[in-house]
Amino acid sequence: MRRSQSVGQRIDWTTVGIVAVMMILGWLNISSATAGASPVDWLDLGSKQGKQLIWILICSGLAVVILNIEGEFFIRTSILHYVINVVLLLTVLIIGKKVGGARSWFGFGNISIQPSEFAKPSAALLLAWLLSRGDGKLRDLKTLVQSIAIVGIPAALTLLQPDAGTTLVFGGLIFALYREGLSGNVLIAGFCALLVTIASILTGAAIIDYPWIGEQSAIGLLWLILVAFCLMFWQLIPNIVVPRNRRRVRNTTWISLVAAMLLSAGMHTGLEQLPRHQRERVQVLFGIDVSNPDADYNIRHAKAAIGSGGLSGKGFLNGPMTAYGFVPEQETDFIFCTVGEEWGFLGSAFVIVLFTVLLFRILAIAERQRSDFTRVYAYGVVSILFMHYLINIGMVLGLAPVIGIPLPFFSAGGSSLMGFTLLVFILLRLDAERVSVLR
Amino acid sequence: MNLKERQWVIGGIILLMSVIFIGRLFQLQLGPSAWKDYAARITEEREIIDPARGMILDRNGQIFLTNVPSYDLLFTPRQARLAGGLDTMALSQTIRLDTSKLIAALAKADAYASYRPSPILKQITNHDYAQISGEIWRFPGLQSKRRSIRTNEGGLASHLLGEYRETDREDLNSGQGYRLGDYKGKSGLELEFEMRLRGKRGIKYHIVDVRNDFREPLANGQFDSLPTSGENVTTTLDMDLQAYGERLMGNKRGAIVALDPKTGEVLALVSAPSYSTDFLTGKNRGAHYTELLQDPSKPLFNRAMRATYRPGSIFKMIQGLIALDEGVISTDSRIVCNRDILGCHGAHSMDNLEQAIVHSCNPYFHEVMKRMVQGGRADNIFQDASEGLALWSPRIKKFGIGTDLGGHLSGLRSGSVPDTTLYNRMYGKKRWAYSTIYSISIGEGELLTTPVHMANLAAIMANRGWFVTPHTILDIGGNGKPPSLDSLVETGVDPTAFNPIIQAMAAVVASSEGTGTKARVPGITVCGKTGTVQDGERATHSVFMAFAPKENPRIALSVYVENAGSGGDWAAPIASLMMEQFLTGSVSQTDKEEHILRSTYPFPEH
Repeated sequence: MRRSQSVGQRIDWTTVGIVAVMMILGWLNISSATAGASPVDWLDLGSKQGKQLIWILICSGLAVVILNIEGEFFIRTSILHYVINVVLLLTVLIIGKKVGGARSWFGFGNISIQPSEFAKPSAALLLAWLLSRGDGKLRDLKTLVQSIAIVGIPAALTLLQPDAGTTLVFGGLIFALYREGLSGNVLIAGFCALLVTIASILTGAAIIDYPWIGEQSAIGLLWLILVAFCLMFWQLIPNIVVPRNRRRVRNTTWISLVAAMLLSAGMHTGLEQLPRHQRERVQVLFGIDVSNPDADYNIRHAKAAIGSGGLSGKGFLNGPMTAYGFVPEQETDFIFCTVGEEWGFLGSAFVIVLFTVLLFRILAIAERQRSDFTRVYAYGVVSILFMHYLINIGMVLGLAPVIGIPLPFFSAGGSSLMGFTLLVFILLRLDAERVSVLR
Repeated sequence: MNLKERQWVIGGIILLMSVIFIGRLFQLQLGPSAWKDYAARITEEREIIDPARGMILDRNGQIFLTNVPSYDLLFTPRQARLAGGLDTMALSQTIRLDTSKLIAALAKADAYASYRPSPILKQITNHDYAQISGEIWRFPGLQSKRRSIRTNEGGLASHLLGEYRETDREDLNSGQGYRLGDYKGKSGLELEFEMRLRGKRGIKYHIVDVRNDFREPLANGQFDSLPTSGENVTTTLDMDLQAYGERLMGNKRGAIVALDPKTGEVLALVSAPSYSTDFLTGKNRGAHYTELLQDPSKPLFNRAMRATYRPGSIFKMIQGLIALDEGVISTDSRIVCNRDILGCHGAHSMDNLEQAIVHSCNPYFHEVMKRMVQGGRADNIFQDASEGLALWSPRIKKFGIGTDLGGHLSGLRSGSVPDTTLYNRMYGKKRWAYSTIYSISIGEGELLTTPVHMANLAAIMANRGWFVTPHTILDIGGNGKPPSLDSLVETGVDPTAFNPIIQAMAAVVASSEGTGTKARVPGITVCGKTGTVQDGERATHSVFMAFAPKENPRIALSVYVENAGSGGDWAAPIASLMMEQFLTGSVSQTDKEEHILRSTYPFPEH
């Protein structure tokens, strides 16, 4: 029951503009990173910057096509869309080609396609479909389990590739679930888990000489502190909690304690199980000396490139670290280094602001919907873009471990650009129909 | 909480992260510049451009020391690792370096810096490099650097020119801007004029790529500086004379020093046996140095300036001059050749000064010195001798003996002239008289001189009483001779006193009964004096000092041939050949030349 007139006038041109600016800036930086020392050959379509230009044109065409497809189509095909992508994720595990130790790509001659980039919008679509059915709210357990399955299946499949970055992105859909009613404690617990994780990594690497026991990992000390902290809190409960809640708080406390101890032990042993280079990346992040000078090579050079940009940068095409290959993967995952070196603080801060504005714009779009489907989908879009932004920039700035994941609309690569185009422009089409949707 | 309000939680998280990112950017890009410095360190590289070192030339502009290209082989461990390793066996064969040595050199380079080139083989000659240059590219991480090495093509005057070699720890800490691997003058003129010869190095700043290859100039070269070549040092040596002297002294031990008597300029400074400075440059320096050090003939020892010998009979001339000046004899005084105390040679009985010098009469000069030292100034003979010697010693020193001759020849030993202090120490105060010390009257005993002092003595004779302090520098960097070198020293002896001495020196060579007849030079009047100096059990040193031509002296020289026999047999003909070479530019006495060139140490018994 939709009216379909004047859809074109209702397209959110602000978002379209921001995305276009990002693509152009990304392309300029890719050009600089690709050209190296030689002058840029703008018309060389064989180079990475030339290919990116072709992808931008293709994606522009794709955007136009999407904007002309009825929103109903995406709602109705969301299950199909999801199933196809899960099948592709399964297939890639078997016949995908191995790049950098991960089986994430289908290779067709010169072109490689990364199915996980398309799985992200499809997971968001199916989640939106599930949560907008009837009064299917997260309060009932069945819907919660279904939601977790929708997110968990592609997350697990990408972890098997292994592509931890993409797994984390799927995990980011927790923000969408939170908006739809998932307990806030999950976010708080997630945050606490993060703290405990960091603490266990820091303490796990240290060896202390305990009285009577001798030299052991410092993780025991962490546990002692956790236990002591909980005992203190236990004593304080009668003073700060009203009687009817005391029992619940006590339960939460001891469950949290056990969970935290298990989590820290798990993180500690989990870290030991990681391949050496990944373990070192995590340890380097926390300033743990791994006695391997090449362990922090990427991040050291990334920070140096950004740091050398200063206030206004070395100028477009003028960054020596960009030109002479100091930063690895600089047209893809480390593209922000080129921004930092050549455009300086002003340029990098502008990109940060651009992403922040885009994310807030989509939040605003989400909240103006009458359709539950569009709102949930919009939150999915926010979650996915936010996770990419968070992990990529965090990694380049040395605030997160090195996890290979593209910066939306900036990093070179056809699959990711197409995936993000689908993600955003499906939303823009759905949004354009917001007034014609009858609840 | 209303679910709609949860948008603010999510928005807050996004905003918080963005603020953290901007703060981090602020810290990295606008904060303390540690990362900026790090970026500069890895992207910028300083290239030192070594200046051409100044040449060392002879007085006519012929080259003693110049620079020729050589090559160092450098290795960057990281490049080799990135390229999958280095085939050390093949490399070892290509550059003809022992595998174990190569592996040690590679390990050292790795320990020093993995991303910077370190030398693994130094100073490959142009010729050797030509053979391997085509192969080097096959080995990842290997590159060559051109540098120049010092070359002494004639292999001449090595003792004077000195060594140019790699700086040691002391030089690096000297604050004179030497870097590890730099070369500098370590002895001789190379050391003395290091600051003038070395020039000023240029610096070029480059932007390098991740493989540390130069890619483009930094800031369009605005911080770069060009090298300034070192100044040339022109010596007073005559290369042809020097070369001839070294040739004559081949396979012998001894020294030749030739001076221009009017200017004090050293024309030749030969110490035999010699070596070429080139022998001590290049990759085998260590082995060569040990070889020279252990050679029993001591080739590293600069006999011309560092060896001290007793002056022997030559000293008699100074005795005569001072005696004349003191008035204890006149030119006509005749003294009996009483051979009780000192023996003599030849048939003569009552010589005057001139004859005594020609005959080298020992008793004559014993008596002459006795008159000066034991002159009856005091009743006590010990007191008398002490007072007499106190007057005598300073007059001898005026002839340069026992002094550094103005100090323009670095490394020159002073020799010694005995004085009362010395004898008081040796025998005790008032425990010695002339009868104790008379052997110095004929140039033996405690007298010591170097070949340079003896050549200077010849110059004093030629100039009739004065000398210019001997020196070896004619010009530095086109600025002319430093004026301090032209200092004139008077001996304080009346020029007329030299007449009989010079007559005698001419007779020593010209007279048929003279001891120095082999010093004759066709068409030129030579003045000379032989010396035959005791050396313990071994054969005597053969010594000759001379100047020529008599009328207008242009060369004064001394010749020492160790353990060769009498002065007239070996040193005199060598002096003759040297003088002819210098004065006429060629040598006509081919028999004499051939005889000298054929003779080698040790010399046959006569």
